[in-house]
Amino acid sequence: MMDLLWTQAVFWALVGIALLVIGLYALIVHAHLLRKVLALNIMSSGVFVLFIALARRAPREAAGGADAPAQVVPAPPDPVPQAMVLTGIVVAVAATGLLLALIVRLRSVAGRTTLDNRADD
Amino acid sequence: MRWDPGGLDWTLAVVFLPLAGALLCFLVPRRAAPVGLGAAVLTAAATFGLTLAVLADGVQRTALGGWAAPLGILWRADELSVALMAMTATVGVAVSFYAGAYFRDEHTERAFFWPLWLLLWMALNALFLSADLFNLYVTLELVGFAAASLTALGGNAAALAGAVRYLMVSVLGSLSYLLGVALVYHACGTVDITLAATRMGDAPGAAMHAATGAIIAGLLLKTALFPLHFWLPPAHGSAPAPVSALLSALVIKASFYLLLRLWLDMLGGGRWLAELLGVLGAAAVIWGSLLALRQTRLKLLIAYSTVAQVGYLFIAFPLSLAGNGAAWTGALYLALAHGLAKAAMFMSAGSLIRFGGHDRFAELDRPVPRLPLTLTAFTLAGVSIMGLPPSGGFIGKWLLLESAFRQGRYGLAAVVLLGGVLAAAYVFKVVGHAFTPGPREHRGLRVPAVMEWSALLLAVGAILLGLGLPLLRPLLQVGPESSGAGSAAAVGAWG
Amino acid sequence: MPATTEMGSGRDRRGASRRESGGQARGPASARPRRELPLAARVLLGLLLLALFCALALAVLSLPSPAPGLSAAVAARLDESGVSHPVTAVLLNFRAYDTLLELTVLLLALIGTWSVGTAHGCAGSPPGPLLRQLPRLLVPLMVLVAGYLLWAGAHAPGGAFQAGSLLGGIGILLCLSGRPLPRWAQGWPVRLLALAGVTVFAALGAGAGALPGGALLAWPPGWAKALILAVELAAMLSIGAILAALFAGGRP
Repeated sequence: MMDLLWTQAVFWALVGIALLVIGLYALIVHAHLLRKVLALNIMSSGVFVLFIALARRAPREAAGGADAPAQVVPAPPDPVPQAMVLTGIVVAVAATGLLLALIVRLRSVAGRTTLDNRADD
Repeated sequence: MRWDPGGLDWTLAVVFLPLAGALLCFLVPRRAAPVGLGAAVLTAAATFGLTLAVLADGVQRTALGGWAAPLGILWRADELSVALMAMTATVGVAVSFYAGAYFRDEHTERAFFWPLWLLLWMALNALFLSADLFNLYVTLELVGFAAASLTALGGNAAALAGAVRYLMVSVLGSLSYLLGVALVYHACGTVDITLAATRMGDAPGAAMHAATGAIIAGLLLKTALFPLHFWLPPAHGSAPAPVSALLSALVIKASFYLLLRLWLDMLGGGRWLAELLGVLGAAAVIWGSLLALRQTRLKLLIAYSTVAQVGYLFIAFPLSLAGNGAAWTGALYLALAHGLAKAAMFMSAGSLIRFGGHDRFAELDRPVPRLPLTLTAFTLAGVSIMGLPPSGGFIGKWLLLESAFRQGRYGLAAVVLLGGVLAAAYVFKVVGHAFTPGPREHRGLRVPAVMEWSALLLAVGAILLGLGLPLLRPLLQVGPESSGAGSAAAVGAWG
Repeated sequence: MPATTEMGSGRDRRGASRRESGGQARGPASARPRRELPLAARVLLGLLLLALFCALALAVLSLPSPAPGLSAAVAARLDESGVSHPVTAVLLNFRAYDTLLELTVLLLALIGTWSVGTAHGCAGSPPGPLLRQLPRLLVPLMVLVAGYLLWAGAHAPGGAFQAGSLLGGIGILLCLSGRPLPRWAQGWPVRLLALAGVTVFAALGAGAGALPGGALLAWPPGWAKALILAVELAAMLSIGAILAALFAGGRP
């Protein structure tokens, strides 16, 4: 039971890392700002999935009797990462809202939806 | 009301006062300026109260909610955090008065500047106080959002593009930091800095290396260390002048503070990592200074100067490997002096822009006889940036040089000296043009006295910082947290 | 592989400059404007990211098992917290300060959005008959479910954020179906609603600190359930208002 739980947790953690890496690729490669925002969202989801997936891992040893072998029972998942990821999701939503407002305004002021290269060195 | 006359009320005040001020300013936008100024002055007073309390009684710890770590979140106000909060308060008050005059005629910008700025201040104080890794993530995001929104206040295309890039970089950096925190939690079972530090030794190496890398990478991106500095000049250069002052003086220091804090308390001094940071810092000094020389716009010049000055802070990392804290004290002195001086520079630039309508300093027409205070402020700030005695910048560089020579690190010493020479070059470039007439005569608009005086007072402060070394030394003794004795004593009923 | 035309979605044909920024995060910045990242750079980037993936995967695989975590610590103090669901206890009691800051982040995003520009009308095209009638059916139901979620948060998954999201959804639905905010609500009522969450939370938290023997944000044991419910109620209303206002995209 413990191994299955652990395997599940690691699998989803790897999915989270994959999302993170794919999002990072998209963030760098695409120029359109909307795609960059979407890439950031995917990256955030990746980190959150990683954070939560690993929270499933905690087994708990139930107290057996004096002679009985200790039973390993799957414990409820760790609540602290769940709370943290809830916070993180709200922060990500707030970031997306603010980014989109800025991008829409940039488009209405400058007529473009990409970042200009002019000020780079 | 019974307040515990110790750390609790001051630490509460420095976070809750700006929050209350921001909420009020948002609720009543017509009165935003006076309410905002009042909140700024009160917050500064509370910060100085906290500074005195920490100097007198030592580290102040608070367990929020009465829950001790690892279950709850801890606040820790020690000398390092208080030094930075004091700098924030000093710069904050000056910029608040400056901004009151700067935004006098712009209703919308004025109405939104105050809540955004006060929330930024609250976030900075919350960051300096917090001793919990995840809580620091939330404060980092708060700082980033506030700073990006302030950058966009200019409303023009450059400011908006700079703000979008800044916000994306901020979110990316925080995400990398959060990844590291997730790994730390799942390896050590806690996000409290002190506890995690004690447990990190037993945690698996691969996870801890990855966590360290992720956290440091995220914070380096936010501190704009070369080569991750690409976002800084457009953002700092196109924001309104008071906002640029806040960004360069305060916001950059927040992520640097966090990096330093985690390096000292938790992540440890890996040798090759420290050397890498030193190399990048040296490159930042040279690159930033050279690019600053090439600029024709004053605000971009000052922004590139920030890139260079950030490099000095990182040169302290390899110098500290020998063990004594002189290099750290030097870096902190530079950070504080830079905060005051850079804010003064940006404020002067803002006054010049108000005077001439643009910031191409070569074309400004004889600003010196007509804005003597502003140019004095700029020059004095430049003295600190260059590192001339007796300014704070000089003390900081002196400490770094002393540390470098004592260890035989002549390369780093040469970089520090070269950086000073280059800084002199670009400061005098501006000052030289300030004495000469421009291509066409220009009447020049009136600049409110408040704007000139606030810049001048900050610049004088940067100079006085050097003279105040004996007073400040106790605040800036930095080293790994000496009280490694487990979890902090909780101030609360159910600790 | 993304095509070269990916940067134009038709909307920015107006823009004079089509120079794209090749990199906005990692990677060296180039002074020359590029149409797109060249293939060699993409392959190199892909390889670097693959290495990153492997490094992180190794880190995850090396994590200890059984896992160190705080489930036991939370379970031990759960009955003092005033609620019976561990996640809600962590969010609103043990790590309440994080939640306060998180509400501040949301409010900050709203202030930032409002500072940027005014709200453009949210209905892109006039709503069809289905969309016009849908709120009549859905909104009362959504209000009911939101109220339930708020109440259920004490003992099951739920709470202020979930309920608040639903309320935000109501706002979006009303906006899309052509019923924008009436004039009288656009001034300080919306501001008050947006501020309510942070204000109530901070006020109660500071008040708890002022009590004799109390600490900041420490709910006294007998009152914890009521205080948490009060905070969650204010937070729910705030979150709903802020999310709907973020959708509107600017100040009214």
